[in-house]
Amino acid sequence: MELKELLKELTDVSGVSGHEYEAAQVTVKLIEPFSDEVSVDKLGSAIALKRGDQIGENRKKVLLAAHLDEIGLMVTKIEDGGFLRITNVGGTDVTILPGQSVTVLGKEKLKGVVGAKPPHLQEPGESGRPVQMDDLYVDTGRKKEELTDIIEVGALVRIESEFTELSNGFISAMAMDDRAGVAVLVETLRRLKERKHEWDVYAIATAQEEVSGLGAITTAFHIQPDVAIAIDVTFGDGPGMPERRVSPLGKGPAIGLGPNFHPKITQKLSDLASEYELTHQIEVDPYPGGTDAYSLQVSREGVPSGLVSIPLRNMHSTVETLKLDDVKRCAELLSIFISRLDSKFQEDLKCF
Amino acid sequence: MLLEKLSNASGVSGNEKEIRQVIKDEVTPLVDEVSTDSMGNLFAVKKGSDSGLKVMLAAHMDEVGLFIDFVEGSGFVRFKKIGGLDDRILLSKKVYIGENKTPGVIGLKPIHFGNKGSVVGSDDMFIDVGASAKDDKLAKAGDTATFATKLVQSGDILRGKAFDDRAGCGVIIELLKNSYPFTLVGVFTVQEELGMRGARIAAYAVNPDFAFTLEGTTAGDTPTKRDVSPSTNMGAGPAITIMDRSFISDKRLVNLLTDTAKRDNIPYQFKRTVTGGTDSGAIHLQQGGIPSVTVAVPVRYIHSPVSLMNINDFNNAVVLMDKTLQRVPEI
Repeated sequence: MELKELLKELTDVSGVSGHEYEAAQVTVKLIEPFSDEVSVDKLGSAIALKRGDQIGENRKKVLLAAHLDEIGLMVTKIEDGGFLRITNVGGTDVTILPGQSVTVLGKEKLKGVVGAKPPHLQEPGESGRPVQMDDLYVDTGRKKEELTDIIEVGALVRIESEFTELSNGFISAMAMDDRAGVAVLVETLRRLKERKHEWDVYAIATAQEEVSGLGAITTAFHIQPDVAIAIDVTFGDGPGMPERRVSPLGKGPAIGLGPNFHPKITQKLSDLASEYELTHQIEVDPYPGGTDAYSLQVSREGVPSGLVSIPLRNMHSTVETLKLDDVKRCAELLSIFISRLDSKFQEDLKCF
Repeated sequence: MLLEKLSNASGVSGNEKEIRQVIKDEVTPLVDEVSTDSMGNLFAVKKGSDSGLKVMLAAHMDEVGLFIDFVEGSGFVRFKKIGGLDDRILLSKKVYIGENKTPGVIGLKPIHFGNKGSVVGSDDMFIDVGASAKDDKLAKAGDTATFATKLVQSGDILRGKAFDDRAGCGVIIELLKNSYPFTLVGVFTVQEELGMRGARIAAYAVNPDFAFTLEGTTAGDTPTKRDVSPSTNMGAGPAITIMDRSFISDKRLVNLLTDTAKRDNIPYQFKRTVTGGTDSGAIHLQQGGIPSVTVAVPVRYIHSPVSLMNINDFNNAVVLMDKTLQRVPEI
């Protein structure tokens, strides 16, 4: 499967935090051909294992983590007219919501919209006031009595957005954050079929990163990796974006540099990218947090961790936009990194 | 499905090319004459008996949307709004630009970059088409852009864009399938959203005895902070306008509609707000004055990327209009 189709399949399915089941199933289906074992754990993370060539008991493990969940909405009240009051799940940006198409994930999937009051019906000055979640509701066009058997308070709402190919290899979709990372997991394992590696590779699509980082905490505890790399998205360039905070699209994967990441992993990723002439960039991050690397670094007695990010425009919106080449290079870099893991590198990680 | 074709087609005011072609293809087999005028209004004439009576049906083809006014050297596309659009509905929406339907997205600064204390104005927004430099093939000044929304049906509810006024266009197309004892002129107008520009010259040219404007109008039966009567209710039947900002309906036509609805048990309602205008506002002033009325299908969330309409309201509008037209010679 081509990378573009892979991204489409992964972003077409819902995986609102805490309810990643559908996305986990698709991930398992897509990654299985390149894995020795696949499973979904009891909290909803999808796990794929591809064994390395090492022999013996004390097997070395590298864990790759990309989060499966996406931001969304939850129904908090069903109004008399059948209108559904909502709250955010994860960091949903309220300013994108009016006029958005949604699917309510009840016993049936119901199509709806986040209602946007037309100018004709607005009070004077209303259009100048920022939208608040309290003003908003989801409308399925059905009356309350038609909804009672289908939707209950607590039902999740997926914000819809059709996978769209822009020009020059740019792709836009909902939940690129972080299905793009999940696509990297699949693509990395695929490339490792062609590239020898000693260590066992655990590719984890983690649950609930957007709300608690839960999936990374629990899977790292269970697997006890020797090295871990989080794969996430980072802020891309665009009008109004501060240059010092962005990793431009098309300039390759951004390798994380900062206290959250083991300096030797950062160095190794960057050296290998240069050695293989892979376009890449460095992303500096002075504080731990915002990605699965936050939990991985302090799992058990500590796991040397790194971060590779895909530059993404319009994060936490329905038009999350990236460049395919960046995803490709990210998978290439990780497959090279994994194939070059050895015991010497591992020993070095404790020498400061 | 007719409404699907009509809703999905693009036709931002001043650039109604695609929707005009869709409608032309639909009406050509149904009528005696099809023509266009200097602004792009589309006329479909169905001749009746030689009574001399002439009735005009008007619905506007155009829709609100975006007008590309500048492309940055970096490839980002800037735009102006066409028609009444609230800035707050624009962020994070997909659009198609120009004749090539270049896909683009209206981008935004992520939520992580701070609390948005004020509304982002459309002049500060941009469309990303995936270009890293100006590229006329993708987007250029003068292009229009429509929301990339596709119609979906779920039970009786249709979800899609531009029901204002593709609903009205659909009603006229359905009516042109029938025959009446007078000449019926279906007019699909341009530039209604820019101030009823097309209907004005169309009505002058047609010079009918009576005119009906068919619309998709605001359904206001949605949560509000003040206790006010909703403009119209979705699912409660076609809405007859008695008065709006642009005109006062001809009382004889209103009575004929309500009398017919009662006689034949067709649900109907009156529009209960007087905001907004329709093509009737331009039509009724032409020539020596043309008695006019507006009949509309209630639509929730008009002038946004996606709206809702109840298919029963559409069908009832067709039935009400058909039965009423049969009685126009009684006036």
